[in-house]
Amino acid sequence: MFNEKDLEKIKAGKKKWTEGTLAKTLSKAPEKKAKTTWSGTPVECLYTPAEVAGLDYENKLGYPGEYPYTRGVQPNMFRGRFWTMRQYAGFGSAKETNARYRYLLGQGQTGLSVAFHLPTQAGYDSDHPLSMGEVGKVGAAIDHIGDIRILFDQIPLDKVTTSMTVNAAATVLLAMYMSVAEEQGVKYDQLGGTIQNDVLKEIICRGQYIYPPKPTMRLTVDLIEFCQKYVPRWNSISISGYHIRESGSTAAQEMAFTIADGIAYAEACAARGIAVDDFAPRLSFFFNAFTDVLEEVAKFRAARRVWAKIMKDRFKAKDPRSMMLRYHVQTGGVTLTAQQPLNNIVRVALQTFATALGGHQSLHTNSYDEALCLPTQGAVTVALRTQQIIAEESGACVTVDPLAGSYYVEYLTDKIEAEIEDYIKKIDAMGGTLTAIEQGYIQKEIQNSAYLFQKSIDSGERAYVGVNKYTMEEPPVTDLLRVDMKVGEEKAVELKQWRAKRDNAAWKKALDKLREVSKTDTNVMPTVIEAVKAGATVGEVCDVWREVFGQYRPKEFIS
Amino acid sequence: MAEKKIKIIVAKPGLDGHDRGAKLLSRIFAEAGMEVVYTGLRQTPEMIVETALQEDADVVGLSSLSGVHNYFFPKVVELLKAKKLGNVLVVGGGIIPLEDIPTLKKAGIAEIFGPGTSTDTIVGFIKANVKAK
Repeated sequence: MFNEKDLEKIKAGKKKWTEGTLAKTLSKAPEKKAKTTWSGTPVECLYTPAEVAGLDYENKLGYPGEYPYTRGVQPNMFRGRFWTMRQYAGFGSAKETNARYRYLLGQGQTGLSVAFHLPTQAGYDSDHPLSMGEVGKVGAAIDHIGDIRILFDQIPLDKVTTSMTVNAAATVLLAMYMSVAEEQGVKYDQLGGTIQNDVLKEIICRGQYIYPPKPTMRLTVDLIEFCQKYVPRWNSISISGYHIRESGSTAAQEMAFTIADGIAYAEACAARGIAVDDFAPRLSFFFNAFTDVLEEVAKFRAARRVWAKIMKDRFKAKDPRSMMLRYHVQTGGVTLTAQQPLNNIVRVALQTFATALGGHQSLHTNSYDEALCLPTQGAVTVALRTQQIIAEESGACVTVDPLAGSYYVEYLTDKIEAEIEDYIKKIDAMGGTLTAIEQGYIQKEIQNSAYLFQKSIDSGERAYVGVNKYTMEEPPVTDLLRVDMKVGEEKAVELKQWRAKRDNAAWKKALDKLREVSKTDTNVMPTVIEAVKAGATVGEVCDVWREVFGQYRPKEFIS
Repeated sequence: MAEKKIKIIVAKPGLDGHDRGAKLLSRIFAEAGMEVVYTGLRQTPEMIVETALQEDADVVGLSSLSGVHNYFFPKVVELLKAKKLGNVLVVGGGIIPLEDIPTLKKAGIAEIFGPGTSTDTIVGFIKANVKAK
């Protein structure tokens, strides 16, 4: 971007400034400790064109909506339309959650995001012994198609898009959703939304796995293949770095390991015989946003560039949409403090600002009380308003990729890009993502970063407001959202009635058929749809596969 | 004579997958000279108590971030007592509202460590309160 002569001048100028002007100040008031980004990357006092001398504008930045998409995947980004504001929500019964959804839609939210309780995610019915105490706790208690009917009651599924956080059991929940849409008179090809369906990160860090890697990947690809044929507007996977970051990774590791997972899914789809330009446009991503605004912006820009390159060079994609890294963001849950919880509003605002400057497609903002409990309605409203304020008032959305050209941000973007590419090389050398996971490499890298972070907090080397600095005595917060244990008891009664009411012969026939199909290479989706329509529950369908595929038991890696 | 090592079971009750804290503390406890057994995810109270029995544990550390502490933590203490392991020190941590702590303590959980607690505090508490067997 700069000619040789100017660069020489700048280098000489910076040297002179470092040894003169800066040195004079530092001799009087030395900086107490090394400065780093929140992820621990060392940061210099000043960035100039000299640190980004290799920045080739046309090839590395280019133009938004064009390869390599560093500046964004749409030409005019938020000038045309803001991102989808999509709050992850669900608790208690399907009925309570439906009421929260209708409230959020009434407040200007533009998409839904379903939180299922842990039993649904782990493939157990609400009355299973392992579900004890968990029913309705961190999401809605959904066992069967009847629950999905209630969950979307009076919500037109051709008008809203829905995101569903479910992975190992993704096929079952999508089958229920499509069937309820059909009952509303909505056709498969009118449905828009996303299903997480990312089982690899469950094994790496989120823990909601059911089956061993191979068969669980088969279900993932079955869903992708089915959607590519019949539900063309559906994002059939949301490859997630969010939880990798929550578990302790750095910003660069978040992007690197997510992209490594993305490569594994793309390879699995290709192995199934699906052409890259038939599946890649529907691969979507999900990332975190922390409070170090500039590091986050750099991270998003770097990941877009790396993914575009991988899809073009490694997978030989031709369709530009295959190369676009489109993603949802959730602000960093783990950054929220239980101490002085109102401070979290500020953290979420900065994270939202970083996200907008980074150029995302949809966003969930956390509520300030989430280090204490599930969000209360008041806190959820503030979180949604935070998005609206950043969108409407902050100026982040009036031009595309506004931080491009900042010497520091471009330097960090290049640095993170190089870190991502290093990891991908290492993982390739190990034999790919599945092997790296099997060996615990990815898990140990994440855990080690979590450890280093904790050490820096314990030692006070890094300040965390309200935690190890500016602390104060405060009364306990009492206005918390609670899920009654009664939800579990009621659900157990309801399940009993559900099982008694359904046509037993049809139900049994459907599950038998599913068992047989699962043993072959045939795509399971059509049979799963038949089973859920015949009244099969999440737990019953997942049990069929436990029988056929076995269950996953991870080796625990402590590092 | 070398002091006997403290043996601690770090356990994740229920279906909760948040294990960052449990794994991190496992490493911290080991560095602090304790012998650590990490159970992994999806443990029932019965499984946790069985591990404590098999391993002859001095301490059980329970981690929960999914809101099931009021159900699981007292259950573990109850089952420990039933196995005549009432001497085992039980501590807990995770996303646990402060207002729940008095009830949990009454049920026999010695201390609850919320988000932001320094690891020194946790190690210090365990060393000071572990009971001689």
